[in-house]
Amino acid sequence: MLSVKDLHAAVDGKEIIKGLTLDVPAGEVHAIMGPNGAGKSTLSYVLTGRDGYEVTAGSATLDGEDLLALAPDERAARGVFLSFQYPLEIPGVPALTFLRTALNAQKKARGEDEVAAPAFLKLAREKAAALKIDFEMLKRPLNVGFSGGEKKRMEILQMAVLSPRFLILDETDSGLDIDALKIVADGVNALRAPTRAMLVITHYQRLLDYIKPDRVHVLAGGRIVASGGPELAHELERDGYDKYARAA
Amino acid sequence: MAAVRQTVEHVESLERYKHGFVTDIDQEFAPKGLNADIVRFISAKKNEPEWMLAWRLDAFERWLAMEEPDWAKVSFPRIDYQDSYYYAGHKTKAGPKSLDEIDPQILETYKKLGIPLREQEVLAGVEGAPRYAVDAVFDSVSVVTTFKKELAAVGVIFCSMSEAIREHPELVRRYLGSVVPVSDNYFACLNAAVFSDGSFVYVPPGVRCPMELSTYFRINAENSGQFERTLIIADKGAYVSYLEGCTAPMRDENQLHAAVVELVTLDDAEIKYSTVQNWYPGDPETGKGGIYNFVTKRADCRGDRSKVSWTQVETGSAITWKYPSCILRGDDSSGEFYSIAITNGRQQADTGTKMIHLGQRTRSRIISKGISAGKSSNTYRGLVSAHPKAKGARNFTQCDSLLIGKSCAAHTVPYIEARNGQVVFEHEATTTRLSEDQLFYVMQRGLSQEEAVQLLVNGFVKDVLQELPMEFAVEAQKLVAISLEGSVG
Repeated sequence: MLSVKDLHAAVDGKEIIKGLTLDVPAGEVHAIMGPNGAGKSTLSYVLTGRDGYEVTAGSATLDGEDLLALAPDERAARGVFLSFQYPLEIPGVPALTFLRTALNAQKKARGEDEVAAPAFLKLAREKAAALKIDFEMLKRPLNVGFSGGEKKRMEILQMAVLSPRFLILDETDSGLDIDALKIVADGVNALRAPTRAMLVITHYQRLLDYIKPDRVHVLAGGRIVASGGPELAHELERDGYDKYARAA
Repeated sequence: MAAVRQTVEHVESLERYKHGFVTDIDQEFAPKGLNADIVRFISAKKNEPEWMLAWRLDAFERWLAMEEPDWAKVSFPRIDYQDSYYYAGHKTKAGPKSLDEIDPQILETYKKLGIPLREQEVLAGVEGAPRYAVDAVFDSVSVVTTFKKELAAVGVIFCSMSEAIREHPELVRRYLGSVVPVSDNYFACLNAAVFSDGSFVYVPPGVRCPMELSTYFRINAENSGQFERTLIIADKGAYVSYLEGCTAPMRDENQLHAAVVELVTLDDAEIKYSTVQNWYPGDPETGKGGIYNFVTKRADCRGDRSKVSWTQVETGSAITWKYPSCILRGDDSSGEFYSIAITNGRQQADTGTKMIHLGQRTRSRIISKGISAGKSSNTYRGLVSAHPKAKGARNFTQCDSLLIGKSCAAHTVPYIEARNGQVVFEHEATTTRLSEDQLFYVMQRGLSQEEAVQLLVNGFVKDVLQELPMEFAVEAQKLVAISLEGSVG
């Protein structure tokens, strides 16, 4: 699925990602953990093609296709989805309108038929119910005046409706209380499938109690400095990032 | 000429300004320049009665003594008023009786613009679709007015201003210049002297006009100004919804459009006036050409409980300089102003409204959405005032500006005057830049950059778009998208 090789990337001329190599096969969930400033969010932006994040060397492919050559919307159409650490507010655009516009834009890019209003509403209703989101809330402008937890749930709802193949969750647990965290984790777990892969970026081990990773990687100083099974997350929780930060 | 046409075709292919074509027809002009003889020429061309000519000549005398104002936040080279044609008529038999007598080229022009001039074309539309009657003004002359018979059956008069002067002199004499006095301002005064045509509407007491009325203004001739004059009267308890649309060919020189619109509502009457203005904005890179849109629009809510609502979508013109206003004279009368003003390229806009509260318990509401992109400048200027007798007056103003890119400017200049202690005026204003964060967020969900800008902008202007009549809201939404093409990246 995702294959990143010796990736280097810079922001404002300053190199943040310094030779990162990572493979996430289909069907697996990988966690990326690391201290603040390690380049976790930068990695998510580089993979999704944000302006200003300049790749200076290396490659990133999704099922063999060069991701780095594609515009952000083209990557989205190929199934790359980023759940934002800080979801943006979109004034004047109801969440439902936003969702349907995005879904149809992706379908159009893939040469599929657009989804008609009744079928879309049915889909949105189902997915919202599963995430315990009041359907009325979807008639309000996306994320405007929503609480931190509501915004995160809205991200997972978008994920469920758009049905991406490669999911990146950037600090999805931040700002969530334990009940909200469970709902969000259930939503994410429901999307686990042999054809999908996920990259869960987090600072704390807490989220990984609910979204169990197959592999855990430590990102420090712009590189993967250690990889292991789920037990690595517990070790980090106990010992902190000090030894890796020093190693980087 | 070939080069001009080539340019026109080239730009048309870009789809940025798709109304930029020129219609080749036989036209007759007044001699170039402006003097009392030109005023007489125009009046004679229109077979006007003596009182009308006297009114025009009086206006012209006053105009000569006036100075061109310069207080707006716009800049342009001095206008040479002698270097323009003040009358451009097409050569057709006097007063065409049916569409068959109109120059086919003109009919073709309106067809290209998507304006239905044949009533059966309107009727042939979708079952149950709302119908609207059209007065089509081509340069200085009204070409045709549709659905006149059907409207006359309920007593509604809808015709060109020239016809109204001849056929309904008593109404014209009573109301013309009663809202915007002859010497109100420099451009209105010029208009009073040389106005060529425009639309006239009278809705009798208690009548709800059975269809939307609209006027479509088209400037075609080179080096000519357009000075139309619109007068709409809603008598007691009457209601009418009216829409005007405007386009012009792309030309390298600037053309002046100095119109005057007067609205009068008597007791319990209501007028809803919508404008979708898409005059040629000039070249986006060099700023060359484009229309100077210097228009005076004012409503007099003369009657108690009467209501006027202005909705404008301003996307075109090199310079837009206008303030559709309401004089809230009648007790409990109310005025509304909903505006979307978009500037891109080198466009400049200084627009807003005036709400003059004279009567008791008068209410007004202002929602203004300004969007600036490219190297443009966009100013909201508005006055809300309450006079000593306007006890219990209320106003709510919301004024939002959106900046796209780094080289544009937005300004907000509100004037608020309360001359009695029993008024409630609220003013809210925001200025935001279309953020990179928002754009990326939307693109990450699968929208291209252009689509992302459109979605965000449509969200920004939504409050105003929903005030437009349904069939025009869709049109306006497309127009908003086209105006902002190429504004990012």
